Amino acid sequence: MPEATLTLSNLDAHYGDFQALYGLDLELAAGEVVAVIGANGAGKTTLMRSISGLLRNRPDAVRYRGQPIGAMRADQVAALGIALVPEGRQLFPSLSVEENLMIGGKVGRAGPWDLGKVYELFPILEERKAQASTSLSGGQQQMVAIGRALMANPDLILFDEISLGLAPVVIRQIYQALPSIVGEGMTAMIVEQDIAQALAMSSRVFCLMEGRIALEGRTEDVTHDQITAAYFGVEA
Amino acid sequence: MSAVVTRSTPASRVAMVLGLVALVVLAAAPWWAGRADMRLMGEIYLYLSLACLWNLMAGYAGLVSVGQQAYVGFGGYMLFALTVFAGLNPVVAILAGGLLAAALSVPIATLIFRLKGAYFAIGTWVVAEVFRLSFAQIQALGGGSGSSLPVAVVKELGAKKAAREANAYWLALGAAVVVLASVYLFLRSRRGLALTAIRDSETAASGLGIDIWRTKLEVYVVTSAFTAIIGGLIFLQKLRISPDAAFSVNDWTAFVIFIVVIGGIGTLEGPIIGTLLFFALREVLADFGTIYLMVLGLVAIVVMLKAPKGVWGLIRERYDLELFPLSYRVKGKE
Repeated sequence: MPEATLTLSNLDAHYGDFQALYGLDLELAAGEVVAVIGANGAGKTTLMRSISGLLRNRPDAVRYRGQPIGAMRADQVAALGIALVPEGRQLFPSLSVEENLMIGGKVGRAGPWDLGKVYELFPILEERKAQASTSLSGGQQQMVAIGRALMANPDLILFDEISLGLAPVVIRQIYQALPSIVGEGMTAMIVEQDIAQALAMSSRVFCLMEGRIALEGRTEDVTHDQITAAYFGVEA
Repeated sequence: MSAVVTRSTPASRVAMVLGLVALVVLAAAPWWAGRADMRLMGEIYLYLSLACLWNLMAGYAGLVSVGQQAYVGFGGYMLFALTVFAGLNPVVAILAGGLLAAALSVPIATLIFRLKGAYFAIGTWVVAEVFRLSFAQIQALGGGSGSSLPVAVVKELGAKKAAREANAYWLALGAAVVVLASVYLFLRSRRGLALTAIRDSETAASGLGIDIWRTKLEVYVVTSAFTAIIGGLIFLQKLRISPDAAFSVNDWTAFVIFIVVIGGIGTLEGPIIGTLLFFALREVLADFGTIYLMVLGLVAIVVMLKAPKGVWGLIRERYDLELFPLSYRVKGKE
């Protein structure tokens, strides 16, 4: 197995008194694409927030290329090359499409992604680059959110619910673009409720239930029944 | 064939030309305006500057301070202290006061940035009160009753009264131009882009590598320095300082918030419109005593309820205008 890009060891996460994650252990190899699935409230977004520094933790709960990053701030984590495509997109409504993308490039990491390459991936964004980001359709906004994360030239990209609230045809369009992103040797973690899309993209799958890993395996090995059992917590 | 993307609009170009013409006319005021008018215009420029600075902090950086009087008063007191005790020229003393305020604002920021929202606002007010009580203890600066600027210092601004008044007027006008231009250029820069991103979504901004704490600190320090310089200019016009006048929450923060809120928070045009409205109301209602403050309060409440984006927000929505172009627009096909 190649060198681990991301290692989670005994990761807990709390919101006040409420515990959202219980002792998660997980390892991501360089260039690997994994899917994290689970029902609402299973802890998927909390996991993303913990990795990206939006939720602080013990330093060694999250390691990136061996370096403990669990206690780092989100901007420090981003500077190391971890980018998050957040749930709900979270574009900057006061800024134009291009300005949104430019903010993504602010960490100043070298790499293949720049404005030209993002526009090549999503040509519609070039046509709309001067528009306010919120005037775009949901799918186009998701493209901006993905493009913005790519502009940071990350080595590890975290997609949080990219298909949430989008029409099926738009979801297909976005998923069609993903192979050319992760094909760049990027390591990716895809959090999804749309299980079929997530499994089609990934080589391994983790299913979270109530803050714990209920199922873990290679995508081709896990059965439909296993997923159903892990997802709903009942025997199929 | 591609669309031309531009920041400027016909309205912004007209505004720039009219602004330059107005600047020339205003700069010539000592030759055409009376003493009282010049004093009033000087006051307008200084309030405009304070409003622009508070707007940058609250409207863009989300730092809603009700304690900016700390820096107004500090700048005023530095003018008196540095001219009287260090023998500095008043203009040099005012600029030095700005630098000292910047240095002082760093430890204060590390303290009050731990507080969020309403607690931050109260924290800034507490700091301002500490400043007021501290300066009231300094007997050399007149203690609680304050002191006047010595005649020798005042004369450094001009041997004759007319020259002094003209110089004070130009300093106020120059300060307003510098503040407006600095805020505008800052917001157009990459740092300004980051600041706007933080205002829109702190979570997304920090996830993209923007150091929120540092960006806010930079804004706080620069705003504090400029606010102290404006404070110095205010008390250069008044020629007398006391702790209650220097650190007045009413004069240097409440009125400034009123200006920004009725003009339109988070826009560059808002503070300009707000300042003009505030002074128009003040001049009209000057003879009504306390009713004046009640009317101001009423206007603020009505604007907040009916037009939360302020008067400029209403105008912009109605006519799609932007005098200080910060956003990009598609102009058409090439």
